[in-house]
Order: sequence, then C-alpha cells, then structure tokens
Amino acid sequence: MPSTRSLGDLVFARTEVTLALVIAVFVVIFSLASPVFFTLPNAFDLIESYAVTTVLAAGVFVVLVSRGIDISFAATTAATQYLAAFLAAQLGYPAIVALGAAALLGVALGCVNAVLTYFLRVESIIVTIATASIYFALLIVITDGSEIYNLPAWWTDRIVFLRYQLAPRESIRLTLPIVVMAVVVLATHLMMSRTRLGRQIYALGGNPEAAGRVGINILRVQLFVYGYLGFLSAVAGFLQAHRVGQAVPTAMAGTELTVLAVALLGGASLAGGIGTMAGVILGVLLLAILQNGLNLLGVSPFFFQVVIGMAILASMSFTAYAAHRRQRAAA
Amino acid sequence: MSSSANDVRNAADTLNGRLDRLQQTLFPGAVGNTGGLLLLLLALLVLFSVLLPDLFPRITTLQAMMFQLPELGLLTLAMVLPLISGGLNLAIIATTNQAALLMGWVFTTQMPADATGIVALLWLIAGLGAGFVYCLCVGLATGVFVAILRIHPILVTLGTMSLISGVSIFLTRGRTLSGFPEPVIAVANSTFLSLPISFILFLVLAAGVHVLLTQTPIGVRIHMTGSNAEATRYSGVDTRRVLFSVYVLSSLLCWVAAIVTMGRFNSAGADFGQSYLLITILAAILGGVDPYGGFGRVVSLLAALAILQTISSGFNLLGLSQQMTLAFWGVTLIAVMAVKRAAVLIGEARAARG
Repeated sequence: MPSTRSLGDLVFARTEVTLALVIAVFVVIFSLASPVFFTLPNAFDLIESYAVTTVLAAGVFVVLVSRGIDISFAATTAATQYLAAFLAAQLGYPAIVALGAAALLGVALGCVNAVLTYFLRVESIIVTIATASIYFALLIVITDGSEIYNLPAWWTDRIVFLRYQLAPRESIRLTLPIVVMAVVVLATHLMMSRTRLGRQIYALGGNPEAAGRVGINILRVQLFVYGYLGFLSAVAGFLQAHRVGQAVPTAMAGTELTVLAVALLGGASLAGGIGTMAGVILGVLLLAILQNGLNLLGVSPFFFQVVIGMAILASMSFTAYAAHRRQRAAA
Repeated sequence: MSSSANDVRNAADTLNGRLDRLQQTLFPGAVGNTGGLLLLLLALLVLFSVLLPDLFPRITTLQAMMFQLPELGLLTLAMVLPLISGGLNLAIIATTNQAALLMGWVFTTQMPADATGIVALLWLIAGLGAGFVYCLCVGLATGVFVAILRIHPILVTLGTMSLISGVSIFLTRGRTLSGFPEPVIAVANSTFLSLPISFILFLVLAAGVHVLLTQTPIGVRIHMTGSNAEATRYSGVDTRRVLFSVYVLSSLLCWVAAIVTMGRFNSAGADFGQSYLLITILAAILGGVDPYGGFGRVVSLLAALAILQTISSGFNLLGLSQQMTLAFWGVTLIAVMAVKRAAVLIGEARAARG
C-alpha cells in the first residue's frame, strides 16, 4: 500500500534505485572535494574510457539473465581483435573484410560455448573456464604472443562525431567509442525489454524447465545469447585497439572477473531471470566514478582494486539486506 | 551417544547410500569414476613413455612431478571443500599470496638476521603463526558473508579476492619479498626417503580431507548442504556452522599452500600463481566434484591432479609451451565431460529399449 511505504521501502525497493542513490552520494562527495570532477569534459572522458567495459558488460548481462556465466569473453575479445588486425595490417584487407571476419569469429566462439553447454549438460561456468584456457592458449601459440602495431589509419584515427567548445581550452567530444557504446546499450535494452527473444531469455533464466515446456527452443536461445556476447566481444576488441592503437594478445587478460562484477553489481543475478540494462549501466558508472574520483583526489591507483572489492562486498550486503527486508514485508 | 547424534548418523547413512546410487545411475561403468581417470592416467603415461623413451619413464621425472604437484594440489583441496558445499572460493590465490607476504614480512624484516637456535625457532613459529591467524580471519570473514548474510559465495569471494589482492598490491607496490629461513625452504625442496617433503605433506592433508569428508559428521553435513542447503537446514543441521567451517578450512589450506609456495620459490609476491585459480576448478571438476555441490571424492581428485601434472611434465619434455599444456588441459576436461554425457545417453537409450 503506497500510503504506508516508508523511505526505507523506497530506497530498498529496487537494486537500481539503491545503486543510483549510492552513486549520487559519491558524486556529491567528489564534486565537493575536487573542482574538476563535476565537469562535462571529465564526464565524457570517463564515459569513453569505460566504453569497452560497458560493451562487454552488456553481453555478459544477457548471458547472466539466461542463467549462464561466460568466462571466455576476454579470450574471445583478444582473438577477434588479433584476427582483424592481422587481416587489415599484415594482409591489407579492407575494413569490411577484417571486421566482418572478426565478428564471425566472435559469434563462432560464442556458439561453441552454447553447443558445449547445451549438449554436455554442464554448467556454463565450467565449460567456459575450459574454452577460455583453450582459446587463450591457442591465441598465444598461434601469435607467439607478439603485438601488431601498424594498424591502418581507418582503425586508429580518432573519429569525432560532434565537438562542442566550452571554453578556449575545454571542449567535449562525442567520439566513436561513446557512440558505439550507446548503440550497443540501446540495442541490448530494446532487445531485452521489447522483443519476443528478450522475453524468452528472461523465461529461460527464470525457469529453464518451464521455458522448455512452453515450447521455447532452448538451444536456439542459448546459441543467440552466447553468440551475442561473442559478437560484442569482437566490437569491444575493435574499440580497445582503436583507443590504444595496437593489437596485443594479452590486452584483455584478467578483465573477466571485473566485467562480471560490474554486471552483478548492477543487479543481474547468478540465479538468472532478473536484471536490467539500466542496472548494469549503473554498475559500470559506480566503478567508473569511484576510480575517477579517487584518482582526482590523489589516491594511489594501487588502491583502486581495494575499492572495487569493498564496493562489491558493500553492495552485495546491501542487496542481501534489501531482499531480507522485502521477504519480511511479504511475510 | 545421544539420540540426536544417532539421528544424524542414520540420516548420513541414508544420504550416503542415496548419493552412491545416484552417482552410479549418473555415471554407469568405469567412465567418470576413479577407474576411468586412472585408465586415462595410465594411457597418458604410456603415450609419453612411447614418445619420450629416454626422458619420460625415469625416476627423476617422477620426482620432479612430485615436487611440482603439491602447490596446485593444496590449492585444489582449498577449492574442493567450498565446491562440495555448493559454493566456490575465488579468493584462494589472493589469500595464499597475502599469507605468504605476511609470513615473509615477519621473516625478512622483523626476525633478526643473526638469530640462531631457540630464538630463531621462536621467530619461525611467530611468522608461521601470524600466517595461520591471518588465514583463520579471512576464513571467518568469508563465513560471515556467506553463512550469516547469505550472499552467493561467487560474489563474496569475488569481492574478497579483489580486496585482498588489492591490499597486497598496495602494500608491496608490486615488489616481491625473498630470502627466507632455512626450514621454510627445506619444506618445499628436500626429500624424505626420496619423496619430496611437500608431496608427503600434500598426501597427508589430502588423506585428512578425505577422512573429514567421508568419516565425520561435519563431512556428511558438508555434502548434505551442497546437495540441498534448504532441506539440510530443515532437517536440523546448522548450515551456518557448516559453511563457516568450510571457508575456514579452505583458508587454512591456503596457509599451507603459502608455506610450500614461498619455500619453493624462496620469494613471495602479490601476483603469484594467478593462472592457478581457474585451473583448481578445472582439476576439481575433472576429479568428479559436482559443480552443483554434493558430490566429490578425494581419490578421484588425486587421479585428476596426476593427469594434469603428467600432461604438464610430458608436454614440457616434448618442448611444447606452457600454453599448449593449458589448452590440452581444457580439451581434456571437455573430453571427459563429453564421455560422461555419452555414457548417460547410452544408458538412457538402453533403458528405453527395455
């Protein structure tokens, strides 16, 4: 009943609301502490530097909703990036061929995960731990761990869609990573909330048994889910090389758990069936703001990982408390 | 014996019987059981002996394998307990490294360099004790989040992993500590009756975990919690205490792993052995531990670890890279799972035919 709802009910009603409030608190703290923090150029820089993470988190979010976990996307990102770089830089193929091949490889590697998960009836975290070691090891063996520096200009040139001069030395730029990230986020959101396929993914995650009985083709949904993450890995690989100007096979190593943490922070659940794209964005935003704010305050970058850990533990305790509250209210 | 203890024992016996029957229906024949893994191990040993007749079938190769196995083995034991209880501990490597750093800090900066005899022994005990207490605290803290707040162990240990390794990196700034006392180095590098001491230590602890899991009430409760936590709680078992002991034991195994690791390399650092994290899960699954919790046998686990070590040593002698070993480990895991699945499908087809 709305009339009896307290402030606590409102704060703990949804993970997204809780997270947004936490972010707001940090924004106020950092804005008071540093004059640079709450400025548009800083915000745009921040968004651009988190574009790769956000694109991957969107894909991981879809997999999580379907009640799966994928650890192999970092290896897929590195593999697709290297393939595109090899085709474009070493063999001189045009952009469309290089990027098309990378996208196909990403989808194919994702589908391998889906097929193994479906037919072996093993939890996807186990399958993807195995495939991650295979993908990554093969990549290192094939490439001998060497980087590709001479990427073509179409890949590394900064593309600015919109530039707005705020002051003589201050401007905000709408760059390629930001635009691509926005498209991915919007497309993922629409797919998950407005399409039949999106409903089927939620249904599969909520109750696989029931989803199968109402006639959802589980293999097809899983192929799509893991293939989509594979495709987004290729997109992330492209953006990552665009930003750093080279393709390095080990560039993404170790980012798996950070991206997973971001998606989980945003309210996606390991039990599947719940979570929204908006929540995932808030999860990325929380980490981005913490990192940037602490950085501007002069806190050692070595300390950042400690903050991630505390953010995860605090946020999860908060969510657990909220769930407990709801349970008690329902009883 | 009180009647409640008898109840638990009876329930445990029934549950054990059911688990055995279920496992037999799930994995008919030798495949997937210890027998299947030993067969695979034998096949690999023969394969490498044929490929490398001069290098592989040697006592020195066997001894080298025994020197290398305890590290991964101890960490896998630390992973297996949470897995059987239906959870996961992603923080084992971070805990091991920080424990090693703490003990290393005591040995290199606090302990007088010229300490001998009883004084040195006391400092040694102080250092090791500090590591023990530290791991105990990590286990208890993890237990609070998992058992009291009931947060999924993957999330909790993702957080503690990040927090612990973050603190290690922050304090060391990426530097390593080295130059440890003789006894610590001896644990990982000397032999007793030509068996490496670290290997004996690993076998003793593996046997301990085996006895704990199969012969004690707490072991049965860990299995029960893993197969159905809710039902276990309703049957009168305090699952919070079970989970507390699982994560405390897991962290204490990290303490032993820390001692062996720091002795083996004579150094400690914040980012040692990161690649071992997912390998321990791979080894556990290969050894037949059910990722959904509830199942797991230490004997199969030893076979699985021996398989991984054989592949590693064989590939190394063949001149193949560490990466090829990693890839082949992944392929082995998928192949074993595929064979298990095929066995189930064949069993179903037979049952359908009558």
